[in-house]
Amino acid sequence: MNWRPRLADGTAPVLIVLVVLLVTLAFVGPTFSEPAGYLALLKRAAPLVILAVGQYFVIVSGGFDLSVGSLVTAAVVIAARLSDGADANTGWVIALLLGFGLLVGLVNGLITTRLLVPSFIVTLGMLLVLDGAVFLWTDGAPRGALAPSFRVFGRGGFGQVPWSVLILLGVVVAAAWFMRSGTGRTLVALGDNENAVRLAGGAVHRLRVLAFVLSGLLAALAAILLAGFAGVSAQVGQGLEFRAITAVVLGGVVLGGGRGSVVAAAAGALSLEALFTLLNLIGVSGALESAVQGVILIAAVAAAAHGKQLRRTHEQEVVRPGRGGAARADGVHQ
Amino acid sequence: MTLVRRRLTITPTVTVYLALAALLVIGSILVGANGGVLLDQSGILNILTRSTLLGLVAIGQTMVIVTGSLDLSVAYLAGLCSLVTAETMAGRTSMMVPGVLLALAVAAVVGLINGLVITVLKANAFIATLGVALILRGYLEHNYTGPAGSVPRAFQHLGYDRIGPVPVSALLVLLIGTAVWWFSRRTRTGYHLYAVGGDTEVARLSGVRTSRTIVTAHVLCASMAGLAGVLLAARLGSGAPYAGTDAGYDLESIAAAVLGGAVLTGGRGGVVGTIGGVLILATLDTVFDDLAVDPFLKDVVRGVVLVAAVALYARHRLSRRSS
Repeated sequence: MNWRPRLADGTAPVLIVLVVLLVTLAFVGPTFSEPAGYLALLKRAAPLVILAVGQYFVIVSGGFDLSVGSLVTAAVVIAARLSDGADANTGWVIALLLGFGLLVGLVNGLITTRLLVPSFIVTLGMLLVLDGAVFLWTDGAPRGALAPSFRVFGRGGFGQVPWSVLILLGVVVAAAWFMRSGTGRTLVALGDNENAVRLAGGAVHRLRVLAFVLSGLLAALAAILLAGFAGVSAQVGQGLEFRAITAVVLGGVVLGGGRGSVVAAAAGALSLEALFTLLNLIGVSGALESAVQGVILIAAVAAAAHGKQLRRTHEQEVVRPGRGGAARADGVHQ
Repeated sequence: MTLVRRRLTITPTVTVYLALAALLVIGSILVGANGGVLLDQSGILNILTRSTLLGLVAIGQTMVIVTGSLDLSVAYLAGLCSLVTAETMAGRTSMMVPGVLLALAVAAVVGLINGLVITVLKANAFIATLGVALILRGYLEHNYTGPAGSVPRAFQHLGYDRIGPVPVSALLVLLIGTAVWWFSRRTRTGYHLYAVGGDTEVARLSGVRTSRTIVTAHVLCASMAGLAGVLLAARLGSGAPYAGTDAGYDLESIAAAVLGGAVLTGGRGGVVGTIGGVLILATLDTVFDDLAVDPFLKDVVRGVVLVAAVALYARHRLSRRSS
């Protein structure tokens, strides 16, 4: 009856930012007067949003995944080498890439949980290993080419709608649904208080591994889209890990875990991409892009920290008597 | 007796130097089998030269990690400070001292900003310093495309002179390392660093000004990165905007500190261990160069060594706790 959209804590600000950015785009960019412009934006943003969703799983459970950038590079380079321009190879190459991402995530997760190494260090080590291994294998320069049927996912479309946008929607819906399931909720709880989850009978290690596996898998998916969209280069994944973390934090997800929603993380990634598009349109040089990214990163976190503080004092003043009232109401009910 | 022995066998600082010794022995044998000598004059010079700049950055990084913080801005900061040094000097001998002082002042201000963003704006250290790093990067990319400025020949002596196989700059770093060791282990503020890293809330309740301590650590760390930038300028002859990031000072310095036994949640680690970690990384590089191994294999080995070391420390700590 009095239905309100059920938004998780911290989702609203980033959605407002996103809407403001999208509306501004409509006024600034001539291409944004019709849906095609926004579809192009979504298409461009798809890899980052998918990476951010993957990163969200790890961050909300209290970890870090610094290996996704190098994983994307590795996957793209491997794809070019194996696909070798032949359409016949596309199917198994894609399966292999997804398997590769899954495996990298599995290794990250197992080392974090079994060997008790902090995820920051594990994924930093993985970053070095992947970077080195890929170039070792390719002798420093990526070789081979991507088959046209492989690139379809990043560039082609179903009628007007690009494939990557459909894949993006699929990923976000599946992720949102997953976070509402018992496993998803336990994942958030894990980031909040690992001991509580363990005492409540949650499979702590398995959940952590799952988060890393999802992150690896989604990074491989993002690599497939990015390879189609941008082509093969050895720099394709550079800095993507930090950009994905920025996006997640922009979405109000707290580093250290336990707070934040996956839809907000996706919206954060989209906002970031929309902001870069906007800066491009109004002629801010590409070099300043990272400076702007830095400023909004700090501003977003500072705003979130102060918002939390305000909310806490507000709760102490107002909600405490309110809770008493609720208890009384319950009593009346019974 | 048993107490002393256990302490000797268990601390990561001892482990890291044992590992370094083992690496030097194994490396010497491998290089020897290949017909070379690892630890001759040029080999030692090579290891020490590689260690100098990363060593400086890592010493500073250790101080922030000990307080439970992190600094991802050091790489760009080193690049920026090399530019400040070289452009202020612009080849004039008379501007040497102002150039160095200005670079250190810029670094200290950046460190102050890092510290204030973390303590006043209450941003997570990872995010705060990543943000500052991105701002510095934007500034560098916007204003510089390549090397700029130049330092006078007299100043380049700092980068190249050596006493026997030991570079003067390595001695300088050793001196600074000793000073920072003394500061962190023998002074009140130094103890506060460890207290804040161990448990911020307990430190606060014990009367430590936690915010001030964190800011101090960040200013110290940034100054070290700034000094690394100054040495970079002395070595290269001009300011190099991306020399710091190309060498990966941000993540490498964290790796070195962690190799040396620092724990990212704070409260553990020290300058001595970190220098051991830096020497291990430099020795690995030198051995690989002497063996003419593919440079990319270095990264792979580095990653494996890092994870293995931390896993080893975690196991030690666990077994010590259960015993």
